Amino acid sequence: MRNYNIDIEMVKELEDKCVKIRKDLLNFIYRIGMGHLGGELSIVEMSVALYYKYMNYDVMNPTMEDRDRLVLSKAHCSETLYTIFSDMGAYSMDYMVEHFESLETAVFGMHCNRLYCPQIEISAGSLGHGLPIALGLALGARKQKKNWRTICITGDGELNEGTNWEAIMAASHYQLGNLVWICDKNKVSMTGHTKDVMNIDPLDERVRAFGWDVREINGNNMYECCEVLQNLPPAEPEYRRKPICIIMNTIKGKGVDFMEDDYKWHGGGIGDEDLVRALESVEKTRRVR
Amino acid sequence: MSVKTTFNFDQMLSSAREAYGEELFRMAEEGLDFVFTYTDNVAESTSAGKLLKKYPERCFNFGIAEPNQVGASAGIALSGQIVFAQVFGPFLSLRAADQIHTDVAYNDVNVRLIGTHSGLTACGGPTHNTICDLALYRAIPNLTICVPADADQCCKIIRKSMEFQGPMIIRIDRGGSPNVYASTDYEYVIGKAIETIPGDDLTIISAGSSVYWSMMGAKILKETYGLNARVIDMHTIKPLDVDMIVKCARETNVIITVEEHSINGGLGGAVAEALLEAGFDGKFKRIGLPDEFALLGEMDAVYAHYRMDPQGIADQIAELLGKK
Repeated sequence: MRNYNIDIEMVKELEDKCVKIRKDLLNFIYRIGMGHLGGELSIVEMSVALYYKYMNYDVMNPTMEDRDRLVLSKAHCSETLYTIFSDMGAYSMDYMVEHFESLETAVFGMHCNRLYCPQIEISAGSLGHGLPIALGLALGARKQKKNWRTICITGDGELNEGTNWEAIMAASHYQLGNLVWICDKNKVSMTGHTKDVMNIDPLDERVRAFGWDVREINGNNMYECCEVLQNLPPAEPEYRRKPICIIMNTIKGKGVDFMEDDYKWHGGGIGDEDLVRALESVEKTRRVR
Repeated sequence: MSVKTTFNFDQMLSSAREAYGEELFRMAEEGLDFVFTYTDNVAESTSAGKLLKKYPERCFNFGIAEPNQVGASAGIALSGQIVFAQVFGPFLSLRAADQIHTDVAYNDVNVRLIGTHSGLTACGGPTHNTICDLALYRAIPNLTICVPADADQCCKIIRKSMEFQGPMIIRIDRGGSPNVYASTDYEYVIGKAIETIPGDDLTIISAGSSVYWSMMGAKILKETYGLNARVIDMHTIKPLDVDMIVKCARETNVIITVEEHSINGGLGGAVAEALLEAGFDGKFKRIGLPDEFALLGEMDAVYAHYRMDPQGIADQIAELLGKK
């Protein structure tokens, strides 16, 4: 039975948190001078819902054995996660700036490294790697009879890489009910719209045809993020069912009006004037209660 | 000190590919915990098949998809398991290169990639030859590369790897190679080469299935040309036993490498780099597949054509030393 009983007060709190995370992220990127703002802004709602409410996770105890594992396959967007780790109390913003790609003292990098930053589950950067690794984590949980869940966030442009489809095939072959794949379908990759670069649609039909349980939401709507996560099947490792794919329709650059749906904000830094405009734009997204 | 080796040409051929499956099965029976992943080249009739039958919950088939297998093996290792992954050699090195580099080595996970059908041993032509894997593996940081000389040594490595921290490649041949060592009663240390035949006129440094042929070549060198060849089993390509290479260079002043690999970038390249950096100015030659796709032909004929068989090895060395 689907559980529609979503706590509206919780949703409001998380929405406010997204405003803060977006502002912190913009300030962070401004200070370090590099990032991938477009794809980092599109995954804010889902990342906040996962880390603050729906994953079994303790940012201060990142190697806790029964934690849920979040695999960020679109690892160029790791600054969103760093910003969340900071907000949750693991690192101060000053510490993150000081230890960003700072040679021997580096903890954080444009593409995340699990050996430097313990809150990161996998070192990645090359696309098309997250889903196969997440598949392995889910198989490992099943073999060891562990109840934790594996959640993998990929992009949509990334799905051009064939390894994703090898993993999509294998996950349904093994009926991994403890695996959740979240596709951030922001419809824009580095040089343009995915439909022009390399079309992946109809994505829902294709993934269903591979044997997955596909659930499509507006990924920039906190209520819908909460609802889909609240209604995940149990992660019991031996429970054989179709793996879950959440296709979240998002807007690249979401929350900053002049970045939205514009491939030019895929990568790079942000200057003084743009930062001021961007922070104002994010503030306007705050829901008036 | 040299280790007792064997020269019985009529002996039963052994297969590292068969033996390691038996060893994994024994280890499972002893209660050791690990996961085995494989692709569509492990039949239930092979020795690894025993593992699949009795311990299915720890064996995962990935079909014909090596990148996914290697990536998922890294994921299984990240969940806290030691993973043995059998992959058909040419497709491991060429198809899954990115996954070996990023998912296994960069993530520093306990995956042991068992690349089968090394060199030309698969038959079937260049698509099924594994001739550039060592060149690739050598350039990937944080990757230990073991090339066992025979089936028993392969089993020693497999067992030793249970206590080893970090990623590892184990490169084995198709099977049907003679035993190099007369008994298993010797100590195997990762990164410490073994002298299999003593000799002072020259040194042959070899690895994998080429070790036995190098020893047979040394026998021909002695009988035909009166040359005393030392043979070194360089079973670990990385970390390379540079001390042994320099010692042999100093003592014999002639170094020849023999490998089932392109002469570019493999064992020969590694030894050449070590020698030059140590100031070596003696004679040096690489024996292996020249820089071309191997000709199609019956295996013995192919080896003879490229002078990688015992006679070819002996003749090439005699020519280098002006004895022929």
